[in-house]
Amino acid sequence: MVNVLFFAGLQEAVGEHRVTLDVAGKTIDELKTLIKDTYSLGHLDHVMVAVNEEYVGENIILNEQDTVAFIPPVSGG
Amino acid sequence: MEHNFWITEEPIALNDVIEKVTRREVGAINIFTGTVRELTDGKRTLFLEYDAYKPMAEKKLAQIGQEIKEKWGDAETAIVHRVGRLDISDVAVAIAISTPHRKAAFAASSYAIDRIKEIVPIWKKEHWSDGTQWIGDQKERHSYDKGIPTEEAMGNG
Repeated sequence: MVNVLFFAGLQEAVGEHRVTLDVAGKTIDELKTLIKDTYSLGHLDHVMVAVNEEYVGENIILNEQDTVAFIPPVSGG
Repeated sequence: MEHNFWITEEPIALNDVIEKVTRREVGAINIFTGTVRELTDGKRTLFLEYDAYKPMAEKKLAQIGQEIKEKWGDAETAIVHRVGRLDISDVAVAIAISTPHRKAAFAASSYAIDRIKEIVPIWKKEHWSDGTQWIGDQKERHSYDKGIPTEEAMGNG
């Protein structure tokens, strides 16, 4: 299983901070599409993705126990 | 080194970051603080709410400290960012950088705050009298509306 985290406005849109999904073996791109469809979101083009606390590209393949974070454009400072 | 970079829910005490970078061999410690602004383009903020992906945010702050070392050499950095509800004039972020001479400390501080706004997973939500909104870019002109479905989900009021 893979842990998936949402933050800020995306967390509000999804209605969850954390979900656990059976998506090991899928790519980030495939997970994005799944999330978009599951939660009826618009496109996620501006959302960066981190796996195990590091930013990754869309072609990365997920492993069991990975933690994926969907990171909308940041606004700290 | 990681203990120089942290997220807190408590009010920020500037002495905490200054102490982290104080060294006998430096002649400059530059402190930058980012504070909660009341007016943005004429719109009055009541208060802000910050959220962070804490473990990753602390890692990314540490990465910025490492980047500063690579760019300016002998530079020690400490950064703390507050999360939760912040009122007007509260300190949201404090950066302290110590260097042997002042120019590097000024330049590195500017670099640090710019990088925070690029790579550190921290978000702020504006609370106005007529609504709320998570802010998605630092120009504060528009939120990341394309990433989520509806205005209702944004909490626009």
